[in-house]
Amino acid sequence: MSTPLLPPIGMLAELTHRCPLQCPYCSNPLELLKANRELDTETWLALFSEAADLGVLQVHLSGGEPTLRRDLEQLIAGLAGRGVYTNLITAGVGIVEGRIEAFAEAGLDHLQLSFQGARPATTDRIGNHKGAHEKKLETARRARAAGLPLTINAPIHRHNIEEVPEFIDLALSLGAERLEIANVQYAGWALTNRDQLMPEREAVDRQAEIVAEAQERLAGIINIDFVTPDYFATYPKPCMGGWARDAFMVTPDGTVLPCHAAQTIPSLSFERFEPRRLSSIWADSPAFNAFRGTDWMQEPCRNCDRREIDWGGCRCQAMAIAGDAAATDPACAKSPIHARMAMLIDEAKRIAAVPSREETFVYRRIGAVTESA
Amino acid sequence: MMALRERAVVQPRSTPSLPKHVRIQYDAVRQAFAVLSPEKIFWPNDVSLDILRRCDGRSTVGDIIAGLAADYEAEQEAVATDVIAFLQEWSDKLLVRL
Repeated sequence: MSTPLLPPIGMLAELTHRCPLQCPYCSNPLELLKANRELDTETWLALFSEAADLGVLQVHLSGGEPTLRRDLEQLIAGLAGRGVYTNLITAGVGIVEGRIEAFAEAGLDHLQLSFQGARPATTDRIGNHKGAHEKKLETARRARAAGLPLTINAPIHRHNIEEVPEFIDLALSLGAERLEIANVQYAGWALTNRDQLMPEREAVDRQAEIVAEAQERLAGIINIDFVTPDYFATYPKPCMGGWARDAFMVTPDGTVLPCHAAQTIPSLSFERFEPRRLSSIWADSPAFNAFRGTDWMQEPCRNCDRREIDWGGCRCQAMAIAGDAAATDPACAKSPIHARMAMLIDEAKRIAAVPSREETFVYRRIGAVTESA
Repeated sequence: MMALRERAVVQPRSTPSLPKHVRIQYDAVRQAFAVLSPEKIFWPNDVSLDILRRCDGRSTVGDIIAGLAADYEAEQEAVATDVIAFLQEWSDKLLVRL
């Protein structure tokens, strides 16, 4: 091991795969788990306690839609009791009155609310849920009234990239302190729908200018985080800050993963919390050690002076596009198959030009993919 | 149309404080003080920590500078430049309220 094993700082807990929305770029796996596979309250609380012992300081409570868990208040209180910083990642649809206040009372630190569009029609269409936009506005108002700081998360793709200026206005009008303009990452459902979601190069360039201008103009008023689109990049992102370097995630049934899409790498097998302990999975799991540090790297990563900046990029993107999870992320200009990214952008543009193809999302729902296969 | 919030600028009379969702916490695993905030964790050095701890919502920027200058036996003017720059940066990131 070329780098010492550090304790994890962050953890993403996917409490459930159930969700009222059906966004075609969901980062959940194509095979969604039903409610009867979810960990019970006691097991989540035991897991959180072990995570805190291990050094986790921040837990993102996500899903699916985490507020569908009736024990969410209890889970928040368990984390708050250990001094862990809690961030609720919600779609903000169908949260009954009084619950957001209860989350705040239980010790919730921060709420992140997704908007699929800045316009009601876009939000409702992308999530395939009528009236979603109005419900989200109400959730934002309740969160602010409960004294919770608010981040607006805007996943960006072909169908809403022109709404970026409106997303900025929306976040300001809702009193958000943060806005994430997050270009969709093509894994999970987004990979299935890539041709329908991929924006055009001109729109991506325009977006980058708009965001840079707004970041400067709104400094000290709202923080705008920009997650750039990989396929248009010169260098890859340090995915997860490096494989198993300082964060991990847990699926609804307690499977512990280095990242969302890790299960798409067929050579790896993953372990579950109970019987295994988090500390032994973090330190000893072959899957966690597979791409940790830099020893696993091939050329051009192995001798690249950016190897400890981006850690080789995204292993799942290497798997999906290069067919080898240990390859350089093709988003990198130094990848021998980097040109394939531009081909995939062009391919999507060609397909989008066919009117009958453009709007045919495979919406996220249990069984959607096996049905159409 | 809502009135746009304005960027806060550090003044000698500002009384900086940490918002409720930003907290300083000792981490026993790493044996260091962390600043926890939405999405980000910071590991401030001793001087930064000293400034942040004085952001109690009552002390003015002037008080903070005077206190630090006394504790570090440093020139008030030099301390002032550093403290004002630090607080402006943290205010711009919305981690300190002025």
